[in-house]
Amino acid sequence: MNVRYLPYLLILPVTLFLCLFFIYPFVLVSQQAFSGPEGPTLEHFREVVSYWKFPISLQNTLLLAAVVVPIQLALSLLMATMVSRMGKGRDLVLYVWTIPLGISDLAAGIIWLAIFEQSGFLNSMLYGIGAVSEPVNFLSYQNPAIVFLAIVLAEVWRATAIMLVILVAGIGLIPKEYYEAAEVFGASPWKRFVKITLPLLRPSLQTALVLRVILAFEVFAVVAALGGTLFPVLMSETYAYQFDLLNSNAAAAMALIILGISIVSTIVILRALRVPKGARV
Amino acid sequence: MAQIEIKGVAKQFGSYQALHSINLSISDQEFMVLLGASGCGKTTLLRIVAGLETPTEGEVWIGDRRVDHLPPRDRGIAMVFQNYAVFPHLTVFENIGFGLRMAKVSNDEVKRRVERNAELMHIEQLLARYSGELSGGQRQRVAVARALAMEPDVILMDEPLSNLDALLRLEMRAELKGVLAESKTTAIYVTHDQVEAMSLADRISVMHQGRIVQSATPVEVYRNPAEHFVAGFIGNPPMNFLSAVPEGAGRYRVADKVLDGPNGASEPLVFAIRPEDLTLSNDGFAATVKIVEPLGPHLLATCDVAGTMFRAILDSDMTVKHGDKLTLAPQDGRVRWFDPESQRAVA
Repeated sequence: MNVRYLPYLLILPVTLFLCLFFIYPFVLVSQQAFSGPEGPTLEHFREVVSYWKFPISLQNTLLLAAVVVPIQLALSLLMATMVSRMGKGRDLVLYVWTIPLGISDLAAGIIWLAIFEQSGFLNSMLYGIGAVSEPVNFLSYQNPAIVFLAIVLAEVWRATAIMLVILVAGIGLIPKEYYEAAEVFGASPWKRFVKITLPLLRPSLQTALVLRVILAFEVFAVVAALGGTLFPVLMSETYAYQFDLLNSNAAAAMALIILGISIVSTIVILRALRVPKGARV
Repeated sequence: MAQIEIKGVAKQFGSYQALHSINLSISDQEFMVLLGASGCGKTTLLRIVAGLETPTEGEVWIGDRRVDHLPPRDRGIAMVFQNYAVFPHLTVFENIGFGLRMAKVSNDEVKRRVERNAELMHIEQLLARYSGELSGGQRQRVAVARALAMEPDVILMDEPLSNLDALLRLEMRAELKGVLAESKTTAIYVTHDQVEAMSLADRISVMHQGRIVQSATPVEVYRNPAEHFVAGFIGNPPMNFLSAVPEGAGRYRVADKVLDGPNGASEPLVFAIRPEDLTLSNDGFAATVKIVEPLGPHLLATCDVAGTMFRAILDSDMTVKHGDKLTLAPQDGRVRWFDPESQRAVA
């Protein structure tokens, strides 16, 4: 067989798989979102967007992403820098830090629920040291800020590691000589981080941010576990359309709106962190 | 004034002793080359002077300051790295100006110094480019310009030419020598290439197994190697060695000949002579030609003398072939004698 065709042959199975289980459902969903009784229509989009919960769920989703992602970016950069300077025990630390990656998001939500709920660890502790006279219901409609904080904490705990592993790999690719040159030419540790690590890490930052931001727009289980209906997000609204209101056309429209937001943010991130031609390592 | 004093510097990596108590003085504006095979500790010593490595023992002084506890940026040094380490995300201009920016030099001054040094290294037309758009030779020039722009007291160079092709290396070597002489900085230059060392150095320190075995001018190192190792390392081809058995009164039997040697030795010595210091004569070592290599300006004949490989450089117009018998006489004053015990030169 001609060797030139071999690469194509090798990627054929995964291509077929993607076509079958991603492209085809995607086409079906799009059809559903745009089709009405009298042919193509934007009616479903008009319906979901004009619903009173849409602005609040969009705002919540964006706010959550805007708070969580920067915290995760800073934390994962700090952790990646620390790990990459370690000699012995590096792998052990990395494994421990990435444990949350192995836990499903619903389980993560439930773990944090066990901490924050009225009979949870936090209340037992506060009661034990006498800080409160009776258990407090932190996750109630009276404490929206605490609900938000709990969700942020759970998301940071759960999903920082995905950025961490990408950044650790990226930092490992930066040749040591650049740091030595920067050190000799007068750069302090902080300057080396800002002037060498960050710019040379741009490709990894792109990947980590795109992945993380997309996941942030899809946030669902953690929010459902901790906030229930107190904190509506786009994904929980999509779920409600599909399974509570049995309106799959509206659910499909919501799914496409989330896709649109993800695509726009991906483009913005790729543009912002673009590495000029010739400036690549 | 930036003389460098290295006092009793030793370096241990785990159980491996990379450097054994090195002492070396380099005077102001001197061009010092550290020469040795890979693993001899030359790069480690350079990195200790740079501050990229901390010595296990000893002191490093630059000018009248002890610097071994200071970070690299406080030592008044600049460095040219083996792989250039030209930052890929910065333009040539910002690369050359990197150190000046770190030192918070004013924009005008950065521009002036970057442009002057770019001109000096003939890369003024490349200032807007990124390193990915440069050839190896151009990157090398950027690395040198970046070091010169700092106007440092000391320039450290770690095999800066080893990644260039042969022709470019020759060209850069000459240029580097001119530029550094002009800049009046003290320089330490690490290389494993003896021709490079010879052509650049004011003084060469030959290193072997973590020790400096000889520090002297290139001619001195070549003519009067202080140790057997140096004699076998320097010169291409290196010196010929034959064992010498004392026959009393400063006379030694070397192969089939009896020669005058150093007085007083009662133990066998090693006789050494450079291939180019042999002449054809009636009175010399009986040599059987094994291999003949015409090298253009001269002819290299590898012979057998008393069972030992022995090379001679002969006139290129000689007709010599395999199996020929030659009589090779050492030129007066060009013979070295080594003590096989201590490896040191006796005379």
